[in-house]
Amino acid sequence: MISAVAATLVPAHVFREWSCILVVAALAISGECLIAAAMRRLGDLDDLRTQPGLRGYLGPVRAVLSNPLFLIGALFMALNFFAMLFTLSIVELSLAIPAIASLTYIGNAAAAKFFLHENVDRRRWTAVLFVAVGVVLLAK
Amino acid sequence: MQVVHFFMKHALKPTQYAILAAVMLTASVGDTLLSRGMTQVGPVDLHHLPLLLHALANPYIVSGIVLLIGFFASYMTALSWADLTFVMPATALNNVVVALLSRFWLHEHLSLSRWAGILLIVCAVGFVAGGPSRTEHPSEHHELDVMDSGAGR
Repeated sequence: MISAVAATLVPAHVFREWSCILVVAALAISGECLIAAAMRRLGDLDDLRTQPGLRGYLGPVRAVLSNPLFLIGALFMALNFFAMLFTLSIVELSLAIPAIASLTYIGNAAAAKFFLHENVDRRRWTAVLFVAVGVVLLAK
Repeated sequence: MQVVHFFMKHALKPTQYAILAAVMLTASVGDTLLSRGMTQVGPVDLHHLPLLLHALANPYIVSGIVLLIGFFASYMTALSWADLTFVMPATALNNVVVALLSRFWLHEHLSLSRWAGILLIVCAVGFVAGGPSRTEHPSEHHELDVMDSGAGR
């Protein structure tokens, strides 16, 4: 319904471009939050090392790869990667990159507050807004 | 004493700063390689999706993917001891690295608005770096206490 109204209000190609951008941002936010939740549950990866040297890293790698939250998050990130490649082929780079980046930063902060219960205080909100505006300015 | 304890707990170790630096550098260089590779592959549309697999034969795309795997590993390590909203501004610095690389290495012109963008992102990192890296949830301590008491029995 909303998409039908939107389709009559904006030109088809603009609608298609922004749909792509929103899908890519939503996939990134879901993926990053799931992965952040997985890593938070696992705790400091250094503590999972079984022995000194390279072999000791097998412990953390195994713990991460067998975590279901991580696997679902990684699936979202993979979808995000291919959706991004597709989007870059139809949306101009100078629109796609800053739009996706700033939407992802703002969405991540909101999702981190509501789903991960992170303490997103005024300091962090200001930082997120600065980053979002900064990314847009950089792309100009 | 409480205050000292609080800051000790949230101060990052040098290795943790190194991980944040890796997050920043691998993402910026990896993205640059990917975008260079994709311009060589050309536009991909819904009717030619197999072209995306063809892109995997491009050396720029392959090296970009290798670097992005390195990014992923260091990013997840950072998330294991810091909040998502703490690590995010650090990853935003990779935009600044790309801009500075293009200015001082590729000798591209940086407009005033780009310098303003760089300044804003650097300020954002400064804000967040000044605060705690991790939100402490009372419930987690509770779980740990319960686990400890279980182990003691």
